[in-house]
This record gives sequence, structure tokens and C-alpha cells, in this order.
Amino acid sequence: MSAGAFAEQGADLELVGIQKRFPGFTAIERLDLTIPAGSFFALLGPSGCGKTTTLRLVAGLEEPTQGRILIGGADVTDTKAHERPVNTVFQSYALFPHMSIIENVSFGLKRRRIADAAGRAHEALRLVELDHLAQRRPQQLSGGQQQRVALARAIVNRPALLLLDEPLGALDLKLRRQMQLELKTIQEEVGLTFLHVTHDQEEAMTMADSVAVMNKGAIEQMGPPAELYESPRTVFVANFLGQSNLFSGDVVGSTNTAITVDAAGARIVVPTERARRHQGRVTIGVRPEKVALHREAPRESAQRNLLGPGHVIDVSFSGVSTQYLVTVPGVGTLTVFAQNIGSGPVAAEGAEVWVSWDVAHGFGLDDDAESAPRFAADDDTETIAVHRREALVAELEER
Amino acid sequence: MSGEVQAAAVLGELAESEARDPGRRTPRRRRVGLGDWLLPAYTIIAFVFLLIPIVYTFVFSFNDSLKSNISWRGFTFDKWLNVCNVEGGAVCQAFGNSIVIGVAATVIATTLGTMIALALVRYRFRARSAISLLLFLPMATPEVVLGAGLAAQFLAVGVPKDMTTIILAHTMFCISFVVVTVKARISSLDPALEEAGRDLYGSPAQVFWRVTFPLLTPGILAAALLSFALSFDDFIITNFNSGSVSTFPKYVYISASRGIPAEANVIASAVFMFALVLVIAAQVSRTARAKRLAKLG
Repeated sequence: MSAGAFAEQGADLELVGIQKRFPGFTAIERLDLTIPAGSFFALLGPSGCGKTTTLRLVAGLEEPTQGRILIGGADVTDTKAHERPVNTVFQSYALFPHMSIIENVSFGLKRRRIADAAGRAHEALRLVELDHLAQRRPQQLSGGQQQRVALARAIVNRPALLLLDEPLGALDLKLRRQMQLELKTIQEEVGLTFLHVTHDQEEAMTMADSVAVMNKGAIEQMGPPAELYESPRTVFVANFLGQSNLFSGDVVGSTNTAITVDAAGARIVVPTERARRHQGRVTIGVRPEKVALHREAPRESAQRNLLGPGHVIDVSFSGVSTQYLVTVPGVGTLTVFAQNIGSGPVAAEGAEVWVSWDVAHGFGLDDDAESAPRFAADDDTETIAVHRREALVAELEER
Repeated sequence: MSGEVQAAAVLGELAESEARDPGRRTPRRRRVGLGDWLLPAYTIIAFVFLLIPIVYTFVFSFNDSLKSNISWRGFTFDKWLNVCNVEGGAVCQAFGNSIVIGVAATVIATTLGTMIALALVRYRFRARSAISLLLFLPMATPEVVLGAGLAAQFLAVGVPKDMTTIILAHTMFCISFVVVTVKARISSLDPALEEAGRDLYGSPAQVFWRVTFPLLTPGILAAALLSFALSFDDFIITNFNSGSVSTFPKYVYISASRGIPAEANVIASAVFMFALVLVIAAQVSRTARAKRLAKLG
């Protein structure tokens, strides 16, 4: 971006065939990702899945081993961090301790020689409602205030793309909820493209327009939060985003609209369009809140999958809902969430129960519950030997 | 002259702690039993023991001495007023040399040492650990050996001994202390701060001068003070490499054989008081700033 220019609006971000290897491990195997301008995009995954590395690649703080990074159509792969129209809200906030709040916020503007840096900085501070603390030092502010300053310091530059590296991780629950709402409001107000990295699935789902679930350096599934939740495609997504009851079995029958799976003797029907695989051994599942609990054997119906009888082995009451663990012989243990519409749990531990769910709520997954580990390329003996040697050299250097 | 080193250490510590967390107090622990009288008594004895030489030096700078300054002959301000007028100003000449050497060695050693420390912490390169180890050697080697070794080298290469050789020698042993001090500071720096600087459109030079350097300043300052104190203090290495040039420690040592003149006491006392004023000023400004910040907060 040329000096003195502001991004009028957010820009598209495109990652094409990105790979990042560090000595000893691969952080990102192969990543293709397009984030449309003006969207709030969340990259969700457990720690070590490569999401923060992805963010650092986009910011220019790391260089990809392979692949291209495009912002607003322009290739920025070979440009330095300070030349990219991107700003980051760091996990640790990284406010400059030797500068006042206003100096922190106007830092980026001054580097780019933008006119009226102080005025714009005050405006950004007003947006996060901290203008009255402009003269203070970062260490005099609370965690939540520092977080908002870090946000102001980034958005004041009107970057084409704003990167958020788990910026809410250090805040307590209440403050986090409040900041989530504020972030969303600010994003809508300023219309920038937000790329938010988090391991908190609830945070990702409440804030983002689109969520990409990352695991072991690759994207497992991407889409609007509701779609990801209702139709997960892989075992990892089914378990990381909420909970799932999963069953494995062979497809024993199929019609135009549904497949029937034999899970240890029980027949479970899944709609064809919600199943990723239609023959052979498949993994299917259903969300715990979609499952109903019955004290007596219900009437068989083509619209519902029915398992049972089984036994309740655990009941945990949590106010709004009750979670039951039900063991069905042969099939395994199911989790059932029931809203407490009546009063208290409807079945006690040890009770004989049946479970059922609407056929339309089931889903079929792409992979098996015990899927093979990734990064086979790193496991051959030569690579291991090379990495071992590098690690040893690094260790010796440290001494 | 050990007051110098102490002052430097105290100032360095002040600067360090200030950068870390201004206005933080460690809670005072309650003393019990034996400690009620033993600790104060021990503390007083320790301080008296420490202060005797300084007080002696200070008091005898007012002695109306003739040649040697051993027995008390009466109070006078003469020595303070005419400090440069004895022996053709030899004391002041030596003192001036010491200042010039100290400043030059400090500037060179602090600059080079800071750069070495940055390289050692930030980059991975061949022989990094070997260099780290070698830097400790001047600290571990006896000064006599260092001084004699250097003197032999200068002789072998045919460099005449003068101010330059002293500055070179002092720079050499000061670098080690600078590297160790500054390295600690760099290691404690959050790398995200510099990354934030880069992210906020700072070029490498801007990030260094506006983020890295100000954050390292307390460490660099401490290192510089330590360097100056070490250089100003040094006698052994100086004695081997100074030729005919006199420095303050050398002057005191040589004149000790025929009685140290009271002028030496005057300069020693003045240096001590200067260091004391520096420490007090630093302390006062720190308290003032803490108060100002507290008022803001």
C-alpha cells in the first residue's frame, strides 16, 4: 500500500497451495483458502494445528515454504511485514510499554506519514471507548482495556485485512462475551475483513460469518457455523465443534434418498445427501441434543432411528439441560442432551431406556473414527535423521 | 574507588527494575525473636566496616598535610581549592586521563557489546556458543595475566604504549560485561513487541530505533555505567599497557610509596560524592515519576 493511503474497504485474502515447514515438523501441509472481502472469518482448531502459523504467514512474520499469498488480488508473498496492508491484534497484545496509549495507537499512522495521526488515533480510541485514558501507559490498564487498545492500534490503520490472534484468550468469560459483541459491532461498522484465529469453538461460531476448522496443518471443513455444526464432514469436525454420537458400520441398503447402516445389529438410516460415503464401511453420527430419550419402547417409525433398550449410566444436571449417558448393548455409549422442560431429569441412573432421533438429523462422515495420521512424508528414516541432527546441533548451540 | 562500581550497580538495578515494573514494592517481612536485635546490629557493623575507608578518605581530604597524608595536622579547604596546583597538576592530569579513557572505552565497548549481544540472542550462526564462551574468558582470566599478555602483544607488534593502548585494553575487558548485561535484557524482551512494530509499518531501522532500542536502554545504560566504573577503577591492566601515561589509580599507586598527597583524597571524595548524587537523583526522579503515574492512574 502506498504511503498515506487507506484501504477503502476490506480486501479478499487468497492463500494458494501454502506449505510451511519448520526444522523438525510441518506446521502447514497444504492450505488453499479464500476469504471474501468484508467477511468475519474464523480459523478454528486445537493448539498446534497450524492456525497461528497461517496468521503469521499472512502478516508477513513468517515466510511460506511454498505457495502464494494474495491480498485484494495482489501477490504479497515476497513483501515484508511492514509493506503489507495488514494489521494484527496479538495474543499478548504487544503494546509498547515505553509509549503512552495515544503514542501506541498512532504508531502505525506515523510510520506511514498519514496526516492528523493524533486526531485519527483519538477517533479510534473513542471507538473502543478509551479516549479518556490516552495519556496513560499500557501497564496501568486492565487486561480488557489493553485488549481494546491493541484493537484500536490495529484498526486505526484501516488495513485491508485485520488479523486477530486469539485476542480474547486472556480475558475472563464475562469480559470475553462483551468483547465478542464489540468486535462484531466494530467489524460491521468499519467493514474490514477480519481473520480471527481461535481454539474456542463457541467464540468462532458466535462471531464469524464463516468458520474453517483446521487440524494437523490442513483445513478439515469450511463454511457458515450452522452448516458446519449441522453437517460435519469429518470425525474431527464432528467432535471438535460440539459433541457427536458416532457409529461405524457397513452400508446394507440404499434407496434414492437414504442409506441404511448396520451398526452392530442396529439399523440406522441416514439421508443420502447428508452422507459423504454411500457404500462399504462408513461412520455416521447424530448430535446429542437431537436424540430423544424414551422410558418405554416407542412405536417403530420410518422417520426415526431407534436404538434400545439400553441403560442410563450417568445423569448430569446442568440447569437448562440434563446430559444422560446411555449404553446400548453392542452399539456403545450415547450422549443425550435433554432440555429441562419438565422439572428435573426424567430418567435415573440404571433406568432402562430407548433413544431415537429423526432420520433427517443424522450425518455420514468422510473418514473413519480411527483415521491415519498425517505427515507421512516426515516419517521416513532420512527425514527423521536429518531433523534429529538439526535438533542436536541446536541443543549444543544452546549450551 | 569501589564506590564507583557500587554506584553503577545500584543505578543499573534502578534502571532495570524501573523498566520492569514501576512503583512495585516487595512486601516487608516481619522479623521475630533473635532477628529483632541481631539483624540491626549486624547491619550496622557491616555498614560501619564498609564506610570506614570512605569516611577516612573524605576526612583526610581536609587535612592540612605537608608531604604525606597520614597524621592529622589540622583542618583546611586548601586541598579542595588548589587541587590542580601541586606537582604541576599531576593529580588532575591523571584524573583527566582516566576520564577520557573511561568515556572512550565505555562508548566503544557499549556499542560493540550491544551489537554482539543482539547477534547472540537473535541469530543462529556457526560458532555462536563458542563465541558466547570466549566472551566470558576476559572475566574469568586473572587481570595480571590479561595485562601482561596484552603488553607482550603490543611489544611484539611494535605498538607504542600510550592512551590508545589503554583504551584498547579497557575496551577489551569491558565488552564482556556489556554483553552479559545487555544479553539478559534482550532475552527478557517479548519478541511480539518487535513483530508489532513491523506489523505497524515500521521498517527494520524504525523498529530498532523506536521499539527495540528504547526497551533496551535500561540494560545498555547499566552496562555503560558498569564499563565506566570498571575502566576508571582499573589499575593492573592499565599499569602493563600505559607506558608513561598516568591514570588516577596509577597515580595513587605510585605516590603511595612516598605518601599519597591529600589531593588524591580530594578527587576520590569528589568522585564518590558525584556517584552518590547520581544515585540519589535517580532515586528521586523515580519516586517522582511513580507518584505522577499514580496520580494519573
